[in-house]
Amino acid sequence: MRLSASIALRFLKSNKTQTVVIILGIGVGVAVQIFIGSLILGLQTSLIDKTIGNSSQITVTAEQDNELIKNNPALIQKIEGADNRIQPASPVLDQPAFLEAETSQSVVVRGFEMERAEGIYQFSEYITNGSLPKERGEFLIGSILQEKNGLSVGDTITLVTTDRRTVTGTISGFFDLKVAAVNSSWCVTTLETAQRIFETGDKISSIEMQVTREDVFDADLIADAVATKINNDNLAVLNWKTQNEQLLSGLQGQSISSLMIQVFVMLSVLLGIASVLAITVMQKSRQIGILKAMGIKNRTASLIFLTEGFVLGIFGAATGVAFGLGLSYVFTKFALNADGTPVVPLSFDPNFIALSACVAVLACVLASLIPARKSSKLDPIDIIRNN
Amino acid sequence: MENILQLKNINKIYGTTVKTQVLTDVNLSFEKGSFSSVIGQSGSGKSTLLNIIGTLDKPTSGDVIINGINTTKMTKNQLAILRNQTMGFVFQFHYLLPEFTALENVLMPYRIGGAPITKEVKDRAIELMHIVGLEKVINNNATKMSGGQQQRTAVARALLNDPAIILADEPTGNLDSTTTENVYNLLREINEKFGTTFIVITHDRHIAEKADRIIEIADGKINLDIRK
Repeated sequence: MRLSASIALRFLKSNKTQTVVIILGIGVGVAVQIFIGSLILGLQTSLIDKTIGNSSQITVTAEQDNELIKNNPALIQKIEGADNRIQPASPVLDQPAFLEAETSQSVVVRGFEMERAEGIYQFSEYITNGSLPKERGEFLIGSILQEKNGLSVGDTITLVTTDRRTVTGTISGFFDLKVAAVNSSWCVTTLETAQRIFETGDKISSIEMQVTREDVFDADLIADAVATKINNDNLAVLNWKTQNEQLLSGLQGQSISSLMIQVFVMLSVLLGIASVLAITVMQKSRQIGILKAMGIKNRTASLIFLTEGFVLGIFGAATGVAFGLGLSYVFTKFALNADGTPVVPLSFDPNFIALSACVAVLACVLASLIPARKSSKLDPIDIIRNN
Repeated sequence: MENILQLKNINKIYGTTVKTQVLTDVNLSFEKGSFSSVIGQSGSGKSTLLNIIGTLDKPTSGDVIINGINTTKMTKNQLAILRNQTMGFVFQFHYLLPEFTALENVLMPYRIGGAPITKEVKDRAIELMHIVGLEKVINNNATKMSGGQQQRTAVARALLNDPAIILADEPTGNLDSTTTENVYNLLREINEKFGTTFIVITHDRHIAEKADRIIEIADGKINLDIRK
């Protein structure tokens, strides 16, 4: 083994308590970093999931407000072929109407091709009672509308269109998408029923789609690809990022503050190690002095402390990863909501954990630069003369 | 006999504002294989002289010539290599590395030289430890030995690289008289056996008289230089 490394290891071994305390110090820093990182990542993933997980991420609609477009399977195929990250697209006809019960309420009738819509909204998972609309004239209604009007499965409802025509339908079931605005206004039905009620013929209002889960943040780029592919000035391609700028800036702010916390945790670890290692040089100055008298080179003398920093960093990072994962495990196992889901949703990114560990090792080596320099500068005569 | 070491017009001044001249125009030369002792009152400058000879300290002016090479303009790293290859140090406070065993301490100058430890080197280290009478404590930790044992370990360590010169500053300063006698006899034996040049600082006239040459320093000047 190289001389500097073997001296470094001996120095570390000769003062086990100090070594263990430093390693624990680094470990706690790395653990906090990993925990906070995974927590913020988990919160963001869950927030994005909740916000746009059950909604259209890219929407193709008419350029003019309230215009309808022709339901053209060739167009849908073209859109789906624009980028392989696009999930099956779903044509939809949205029309406002009034639900006539005790009072008249404004609702949105949404006509879907139910199988395709499932890919986006997963209605079948959110049904609280009843089933999806299958037959002509069947409606799946939001849970708030249900409560307000005391409706139940099989009841007949009366809808009044904006051109004052009255139509009736049957309730096939109720859903709860966990969003009040949706639960209090959506009347979901088949595309066919909607087209018949509003006498639109073969028209739809938009084509909705999602992208693969890991690529949600590329939705704007994918939307651009779609726009290029369909190349039609009468159609507009919208994506969730332009429609949710506030959410995006919120997420960005969260990411930045999480990064700041991590940077400062690492900085305090770095300063702590630097000061402890600086003291170590003082403790070992006699040894360094005599080694220099015996002819050790300044470079080797400084390498001793760089090696110490590196070794402490490796062990500290390993301890920190173990602590961090352990802490996160405990949180996800024991801090639970009433329904058994974790209070804090954590999300682990192996790359992030590896990066934290590497940053810690690097920080330790950086921290040992000061003592290494001190060791290099130490003049043996000062030690010999002052005993 | 040829000179292994020469000091030319050595001056040493400490301090920048308040100047203290520790050595004044010292001229000395040492022959190969000689055993010299340096005596003098405390504060006379004998330790400074030894440190300058050992290239640990730099003279304010003057030249130190070791083996025909002038060390004045050498870099710190060049001096480190020179010390490692040509000089052995034995200090009053033995300065072993407490983190290492006696044998590892003895091997240290060789490892500093950069070559890997071979069986021959290890055998030589053990042989040296036999010579200084440490065969029983070879693998003891440096801190778990008596003062005399530690000092003898330091002597074995100084000898390992087969240096041309051994510099000893009060090597027996904190040892009892019997041990002192033993250590000096040991140094003398090594001097005769290996032909190593010794320069030993001591305050003990009885010990000094055993050397081939006695140099007395007073107020930074050579007061007396007696050869037998």
